[in-house]
Amino acid sequence: MYGKGLRPLSIATVVAIAAAFSFVFFYAPLDADQGFIQKIFYLHVPLAIVALVGFVVGGVFAILHLRSSDRRWDAYSYVSIHMSVIFGVAVLITGSIWAKASWGHWWVWDEPTLVSFLIVFLMYATYYPFRYAIEDPERQARYASVFAVTAGAFVPLNFIAVRMAQSLVHPRVFATTNGGLPGSMMLTFLVCLTAVALLWLTLVKFELTAKSTSGQIKRLRRALDAPAPGSASRIAPEVS
Amino acid sequence: MDLLPLAGAPALPLDEAGKYVAGAYIVFVLLLVVYVAIMAAKLQRMERELRELAGFAENRANDEAAAPEREEVSA
Repeated sequence: MYGKGLRPLSIATVVAIAAAFSFVFFYAPLDADQGFIQKIFYLHVPLAIVALVGFVVGGVFAILHLRSSDRRWDAYSYVSIHMSVIFGVAVLITGSIWAKASWGHWWVWDEPTLVSFLIVFLMYATYYPFRYAIEDPERQARYASVFAVTAGAFVPLNFIAVRMAQSLVHPRVFATTNGGLPGSMMLTFLVCLTAVALLWLTLVKFELTAKSTSGQIKRLRRALDAPAPGSASRIAPEVS
Repeated sequence: MDLLPLAGAPALPLDEAGKYVAGAYIVFVLLLVVYVAIMAAKLQRMERELRELAGFAENRANDEAAAPEREEVSA
């Protein structure tokens, strides 16, 4: 069910990533201030935006789960958060590399943008132990959904707070004053954002398909393992 | 901390900046490759489980087909 449309989506993602990288290295002009190092922007910022939006999307799916008690929404919520955490790792690493090249430091602790993203990331890192500490599947799904809604609401609040804070060194690229990106850079950025968003969507679908298939195998195992009257189970225990 | 002067520092020369840019993009690709490798391992496990279940289902079907024949012989 989840695998429907995965192939065209995967092809679109590969094409979009190839186009994005081509735009970054062959079309976008060099930044007058930062030079070649600014090329990290086209990877780092789309990853950050998609990761944060993914966390919010996970919260929206969690609301749908709490409203309907349909476990499908819980699976969507879990996979959205899972994928956004992976993207978050990429954001932190690429951001640190950019910081080292631009500012001479791998990390700047009094910069609100960096620290707030780290807080959001660490908050979602606790989602896994929180979720898997609960054994009962129903309770696990319900509590995880409450967590996802609360944390998902925190993300935009955090974003607004950071925008209002005075930044020390982190640039405000999409500022409402003092101009913004020039057209060619903005186009490149939008292509990159589309590519990263497609990648997130493809991997979410991929993960959901894998989880669904694994669940179907477990169901099949249980059905086949049901012993005939008077006989014992004949299948080896499932590998977890 | 004396960070504001760093924010206005001149751009790195291409040979030095190139290493950082390559590093960032390689990290991205590496993460993708690691993810695909983990998914491949999961897929292999699922394939093994399915093969095992298919074998069991076939054995059970064979046993059930053989059972009426044995009953007829004993009767």
